[in-house]
Amino acid sequence: MAAKKRIKGRTMFQETWHRLLKNKGAVIGMAFLALLVVVAVISPFVFDYETDVIGQNLAMKLQAPNSEHWFGTDEYGRDLFARVMYGARYSLAIGVGSVGFGLIVGTILGSIAGFYGGKADDIIMRGIDIFYSIPNILKAVVIVSLLGTSTINLIIALAISCATNYARIVRASVMTVRDLEYVESSYAMGLPTWKIILRHILPNCLSPIIVQTTLLIGTTIISASSLSFLGIGVPAPAPEWGALLSGGRAHIRGASYICVIPGLAIMFTVLALNLLGDGLRDALDPKLKK
Amino acid sequence: MDLVLDIKDLVVHYETEDSDVHAVNGIDIAIGKKRTLGLVGETGAGKTTTALSIMNLVPDPPGVIKNGSIMLDGKDVLKMSDAELEAMRGNDVAMIFQDPMTALNPVMTVGEQIAESLELHQNLKPEEALEKAKEMLKLVGIAESRAYDYPHQFSGGMKQRVVIAIALACSPRLLIADEPTTALDVTIQAQVLELMKDLINNRDMSMLMITHSLGIVAEICDDMAVMYAGRIVEKGTVDDVFNNMRHPYTEGLFNSLPNLKEQGEMLEPIKGLMPDPSDLPPGCAFAPRCPYATASCSEAVPELKAVDGSKTHFVACHAYSRPDFTLRRNKNEQ
Repeated sequence: MAAKKRIKGRTMFQETWHRLLKNKGAVIGMAFLALLVVVAVISPFVFDYETDVIGQNLAMKLQAPNSEHWFGTDEYGRDLFARVMYGARYSLAIGVGSVGFGLIVGTILGSIAGFYGGKADDIIMRGIDIFYSIPNILKAVVIVSLLGTSTINLIIALAISCATNYARIVRASVMTVRDLEYVESSYAMGLPTWKIILRHILPNCLSPIIVQTTLLIGTTIISASSLSFLGIGVPAPAPEWGALLSGGRAHIRGASYICVIPGLAIMFTVLALNLLGDGLRDALDPKLKK
Repeated sequence: MDLVLDIKDLVVHYETEDSDVHAVNGIDIAIGKKRTLGLVGETGAGKTTTALSIMNLVPDPPGVIKNGSIMLDGKDVLKMSDAELEAMRGNDVAMIFQDPMTALNPVMTVGEQIAESLELHQNLKPEEALEKAKEMLKLVGIAESRAYDYPHQFSGGMKQRVVIAIALACSPRLLIADEPTTALDVTIQAQVLELMKDLINNRDMSMLMITHSLGIVAEICDDMAVMYAGRIVEKGTVDDVFNNMRHPYTEGLFNSLPNLKEQGEMLEPIKGLMPDPSDLPPGCAFAPRCPYATASCSEAVPELKAVDGSKTHFVACHAYSRPDFTLRRNKNEQ
């Protein structure tokens, strides 16, 4: 196909993608995340959960990293490499799950508040302000203690924090877009209100939502690890990264790798997400368009 | 005459906490089949509010339609249910907005945007609607292949053509054009007007052209109504008003146009400003600026009366109760 034609037909998505690829940090971030997803997907095929991941072998306990156990073993002789790899599943599932859940709830609430304004706005946003005023960890602690410790409850607890974030962002964007002339003209076209919100308003609020999503997944993974570290996240013996950190705490003098390696895993994942988020923000910002 | 639109005694207010803005104060407008009416007036005269009322789209709050009836093919728009309104908008009445730069959704291709109203009102499948959308593009002089492009890939004049294509897609019986060429430069204005004129002549369509340019009115309208502070002060055929104007405000509008015959002459603006619509003067709203005003002008609101027994030409001015009154402009020409 002629090069000229291809440029002409480039969609906004393609343009953003093109700009994103020019950003080295974003590419590194994406590469790391892609690797992480691959690890999360294949680890159940490589490691057997019952024997490799949670199976104890006290004879092999607290071994430093060596050729057989790349990341060493923990106090119960479990292979840390298998546990960290497997742990990617938890971190990603919790990060994506609670952000996704929060995205849906927050977008619905935010668009109702932003679109209708008035009383609906007051009721929804004041409610959200109340949730927002409580520190995330405290909020999650309360919710998890009410619902009980499980991965699903952890996702729900974290999703509530995400929802408040999204509701505020979506409300602000919707309020700007709803008064634009093309929205008015879609009324004049006879479109029903829900279709106007879905087809004309929300797609134009997408850039801040996308950027927020990448950044929020990072924060959520840290929150999830913190809660697991505190013992109210993913219940033991599941190899969630925060739980691994917590487990290695007692041996931090003699076997620091038990803490360092899961810590690095958390750090790199969040860093990759932030690099990608920054890159996306630049790529989606029309002021930087060439 | 067969009327497509018949507005009677329309009153629209914008009610806010600290003021009550009288945007439209009892106007009557009628548009016949295949006729184009030009609605002329200054910014803030209530032209756009009138247009939005026709589709029952006056922003509420703060807008309130206080009184009146808007008969569209014999049905009152103000009494329609939401479902009837949605079926009417875009299908029976379509609107072209002022600024083509912001009237298109930046994240949808223009083809999709034209197809959208076709899908909605004519129950076409997406593929069929897109085919029809391409035909519409061709009709307004844009290559079919550009249906897959986004609005930012079009120039201002082309965007306005796309907006026209969207408005005409369902062949509405009434087209409302709200200053469709204000945001365009003069060459493109001429092209777009020419295009609209052609398209309207080829269809069974009436048009309400809202503008503050008398040139556009002369170019494409059959009838015209001059609006001032929410009231119609003079209406008639374009010929009636251009060649036989009666209202001092109409005279003022024409005096503020450059004269081609006597170049170099100073323009004569209308003195003063339009009154604050939340605090209209009693009587004739134009009286404070009117060079002919007498004390009686501020006593009662003048009613529209036929000019010399004409069936088309009406004027709302107290001065004509004096038998010898003529506008200066008309005197000079005699």
